[in-house]
Amino acid sequence: MWENQYLKRLLAAPLLFLAACGTGSQPKPEAAAVQNLPAAHVDPATAGSITGRITFAGTPPVMPVIDFSSNPQCERAHKTPWKAETVVVNPNGTLSNVFVWIKDGLPPARWDAPSEPAHLDQNGCIYEPHVLGIMEGQPLEILNSDPVNHNVHAESKVNAAWNESQPPRAEHKFKRFDSAEVLFPVTCSVHPWMKSYIGVSPHPFFAVTGAEGTFTLKGVPPGTYTVEAVHEKYGRKEGKLTLEAGGKATIDFAYGS
Amino acid sequence: MEANNPYRRGLHRWSILLACCTLLLVVAGGLVTSRDAGLSVPDWPLSYGKLMPPMEGGILYEHGHRMVATTVGLFTIVSMIWILRTERRRWLRWLGVAALVAVIAQGVLGGMTVLFLLPWWISTSHACLAQLFFSTTVAIALFTSDWWLAGPETIHEDERHPIRGLSLLAPVSVLGQLALGAAARHKAIGTIFHISFSPVVTGVILWVSLRILLHYPRHRELRRGAVTLLGITFCQVFLGIAAYMTRIAYADAVQPMPLMVTFTVIHVAVGALTMAASVALAILVRRNVPATSSGFAGARAVAAG
Repeated sequence: MWENQYLKRLLAAPLLFLAACGTGSQPKPEAAAVQNLPAAHVDPATAGSITGRITFAGTPPVMPVIDFSSNPQCERAHKTPWKAETVVVNPNGTLSNVFVWIKDGLPPARWDAPSEPAHLDQNGCIYEPHVLGIMEGQPLEILNSDPVNHNVHAESKVNAAWNESQPPRAEHKFKRFDSAEVLFPVTCSVHPWMKSYIGVSPHPFFAVTGAEGTFTLKGVPPGTYTVEAVHEKYGRKEGKLTLEAGGKATIDFAYGS
Repeated sequence: MEANNPYRRGLHRWSILLACCTLLLVVAGGLVTSRDAGLSVPDWPLSYGKLMPPMEGGILYEHGHRMVATTVGLFTIVSMIWILRTERRRWLRWLGVAALVAVIAQGVLGGMTVLFLLPWWISTSHACLAQLFFSTTVAIALFTSDWWLAGPETIHEDERHPIRGLSLLAPVSVLGQLALGAAARHKAIGTIFHISFSPVVTGVILWVSLRILLHYPRHRELRRGAVTLLGITFCQVFLGIAAYMTRIAYADAVQPMPLMVTFTVIHVAVGALTMAASVALAILVRRNVPATSSGFAGARAVAAG
């Protein structure tokens, strides 16, 4: 990809005066400021947990069946019709694919990112998972399990956006995001139905709801927090709670059509 | 013959071919945007590091667009060389060079929009330059025709209903409308701006065309030009409505829907034709309605209606 970088610089040189118009690809300075903060420490004796569920009221929207016919190999990967995952309402009336995180209230600190990577796979011309939570600085391993070409386009606004091809059987890609950003889409223009969302958190207290529509944030220090739920279609909701030392706190969010 | 410049059938036919290929290129570019395939090939000028990547999914549209663009670029080079070698009209020689500069700039803009991840101002400039380039190729085809070389049929400008200045308003307003449409397609502005300006540009075209049909009806070239522009605009308005309705109908679609793509791309292509027709009409007006009453030397005079 060095050729692309070289071409970019070459083409950008006479256009510096237009740079203010914003191609928006430079990392924010906050990422560097975080490195100067003290290391976070949670006393296991006082740490508690935050749980909750995301309910969905009303009639769930009917999701369209994806038409894979533009690529026969994608079509062959699905024996049954595959519906879009924009809104997934579980049988118990809860909502999947909601990113939940502590938005505010944690003391300023530097939380070390885990060294093990989060995974984003392209399988059957679908991104797995549909919504992914990751920490600032944590490696993201991107796989292509399909026998077809994909391009992976991180449409981030705070972090530097990028778009790279990933042919079949290519080496896995490893990426990092240096700044918190909740949520941004990752798309594939070869297969325009492919869309995933990534939430980058500055700390480890985040979760994505699944088939039960619930979430649990463990090992949270006592304090008063703003918890935010973010859904790709229905947007953001937030609530406040106080977590006692060693306690459990509950907060639910309700979305609806 | 204008400036003793002989008619060259080969050059004229080549110019028509170039204009047709350019319209095909506009369609290919419209397909790339409508199919959300603009970034399906992340590298440029190669595609997946090759001259010919596997033509699957969005790559078919993006690389197909690059292939048609390369063909048009090569055709433009041939066109420029042909014009420079055979044409005596100095301004047409410059137009041939300008066409080549425009197509090169267009290629660079296309590459930049891929490498910089579709910034709206590059993508919109790319779309607008495409329209201008197409109009240039149509103008070159016009200028190389035997009909053009036969000289104008001049007509005196009716002082109560002047047309020379007014005729320029049509291509300017159409270009403005095309720019708004391109900006809306590349998500810089809302579609409402494009929709809101459509009565204005339609009104300007009606104004220019009806003035010709009502006040210069005996001039066959002008009459044909005005009727052609009116007809294309009439189609374009309905295509715009259809494109917008399909966009509303498929607002929640997770992938580009064929009906929406079809109407939108035809709307883009007919937009290019509208622009070219308005440019051609302005050229015809300024050629046949001279600023001074003396007209062009050797011109055939036609009485104003």
